[in-house]
Amino acid sequence: MNDVTRAPARRRTTRGENPAAAEGRVRSRRARSGQWAAWAFLAPVTVYLLLFYAYPLYRNLDLSLRDYTVRSFVQGGAPFAGLKNYRTVLHDPVFGSALVHTLVFTLVSLAFQFTIGMALAVFFTRHFRLSATLRALFLVPWLLPLIVSASTWSWMLNSDSGVVNSVARSLGVAPVNWLTSPQWSLISVVIVNIWIGIPFNLVVLYSGLQAIPASLYEAAALDGANGWQRFWRVTFPLLRPVSAITLLLGLIYTLKVFDIIWIMTKGGPADSSTTFATWSYRLGFGNLLPAFGPGAAVGNLLIVIAVAFGLIYIRIQRKQRLT
Amino acid sequence: MTGKATWWRTGLGLVLTALMLFPVYWMINVSFTRDTDMRKTPPDWFPLHGTVEGYRAVFHQQLPYLGTSLLVGLATVVLTVALSAPAGYSMAKLAPRGRGVLSFVLLIAQMIPGIIMAMGFYAIYLSLGVLNSPVGLVIADSTIAVPFGVLIFTAFMSGIPEELVQAATIDGAGRFRVFWSIVLPVSRNAIVTVSLFSFLWAWSDFVFANTLVGGGSRRPITLGIYRYIGNNNQQWNAIMATAVVASIPATVLLVLAQRYVAAGVTAGAVKD
Repeated sequence: MNDVTRAPARRRTTRGENPAAAEGRVRSRRARSGQWAAWAFLAPVTVYLLLFYAYPLYRNLDLSLRDYTVRSFVQGGAPFAGLKNYRTVLHDPVFGSALVHTLVFTLVSLAFQFTIGMALAVFFTRHFRLSATLRALFLVPWLLPLIVSASTWSWMLNSDSGVVNSVARSLGVAPVNWLTSPQWSLISVVIVNIWIGIPFNLVVLYSGLQAIPASLYEAAALDGANGWQRFWRVTFPLLRPVSAITLLLGLIYTLKVFDIIWIMTKGGPADSSTTFATWSYRLGFGNLLPAFGPGAAVGNLLIVIAVAFGLIYIRIQRKQRLT
Repeated sequence: MTGKATWWRTGLGLVLTALMLFPVYWMINVSFTRDTDMRKTPPDWFPLHGTVEGYRAVFHQQLPYLGTSLLVGLATVVLTVALSAPAGYSMAKLAPRGRGVLSFVLLIAQMIPGIIMAMGFYAIYLSLGVLNSPVGLVIADSTIAVPFGVLIFTAFMSGIPEELVQAATIDGAGRFRVFWSIVLPVSRNAIVTVSLFSFLWAWSDFVFANTLVGGGSRRPITLGIYRYIGNNNQQWNAIMATAVVASIPATVLLVLAQRYVAAGVTAGAVKD
């Protein structure tokens, strides 16, 4: 609980950092009281971030560096293990496949979400009757609770009674064990994740398209550019900054995806749809004997990957602001 | 644009939307399907022999969970707005030193995967002995929305004219008074956007619920559905009926507040 007592001290230090002595006394007093007020309004969030973000993350780091069992939670005394958990995780046969699945899941999802989202955004920029309503309806998959989407798709993809296989049969295509065969489980969760991600890409790219002046298209049309050329020569280059941000945000979201996979396949069968996110969860919570240390270690590796891309995102955003 | 030239677009738009929303239709269809028809091949495309058996099961078994979700959602909204509105005001109008560091931290915070936060919270709550408490769930759920809230409030309040604030200051209003009587009322749209999303995220949360709340009547609805799937995977009409009921907030949101939803989706992705 010493975190709570730290906050006033923090505020004192920001108060003490008054501006250079070159300024007049009155002015520095006003600046100081201004800083004081500014941080007074920020104090709740700062304390909150320390208590409910930094501390859980610290605990997680601590978990990954110790030999934890349920008993040591209650009685204390988990021996410090250094990087042992990380070594365990790296040498685990699941590591390689989880890495591949995470990459495939993320990249394939992104490619399709973005392409379909872009096509739809372009389609919706030409206003037609009902276009606003239909565009709003496209948001539904993104807004539904993931458990709703995942359980609905689970039933649709059910091997015997699912509507997808039923349609396949009537078209003369051999039905597939979507969720219960190692060849198809990853593809199934990717399909669902694409479906959930399309609305986000559509909305963001659409708002990016709105910012492109119509006069450019008119000029291009006058120069005799057809629709295809107009897209590749005008839309695509001008959308590049928005596209970059959309893809990066999508990347960061997709790396984190856990609910859909866990609810639909639990990462199975035989780890065929296990990603870092589900693996970390399964190590920590999914077994009778939780391996908190290794679970936390996998989670921390995932943080490192996500934050690395996060830093790229921040850089791009800065560049955009400067232009 | 003449009507003639665009009717085919409307038609294509309708087809695309129908394809996209087919799973939603299917959820509704299955929720009204009788148990006896559930495993028919081919399945019934329309709920011809509709039954409300599934919905009856929801009201018998899931009602307390809906209540939990509603309370947790509302509490998360209050906590999120109370934390992020003053912070946004400070970042937008008071030029605190260290603003850059804080906004950097908030951006990074949004990139931390939920399962990792869940594991950290689990460790803390276990040692404190407060697993299974709705308060703990509210705090965990708010971590999804607070960074987003600060971002939205900062962006919105930066757009409030300086003159408005100055006029109030000249009239002798203190900073808190300015915030409370001028800035907050003007920021109604931002409050709506942040509230909508923090409610929806708390309502939809599954990771924190599944790790920090075990059983009992204090389960949120997401766990209600999840346990349902685990326990009786024969009663798909009841599962889908619960899913339909759990989708109501998202639907209401879309109907009533589409503008705010779009604003929230594009926040942080597109330069204003």
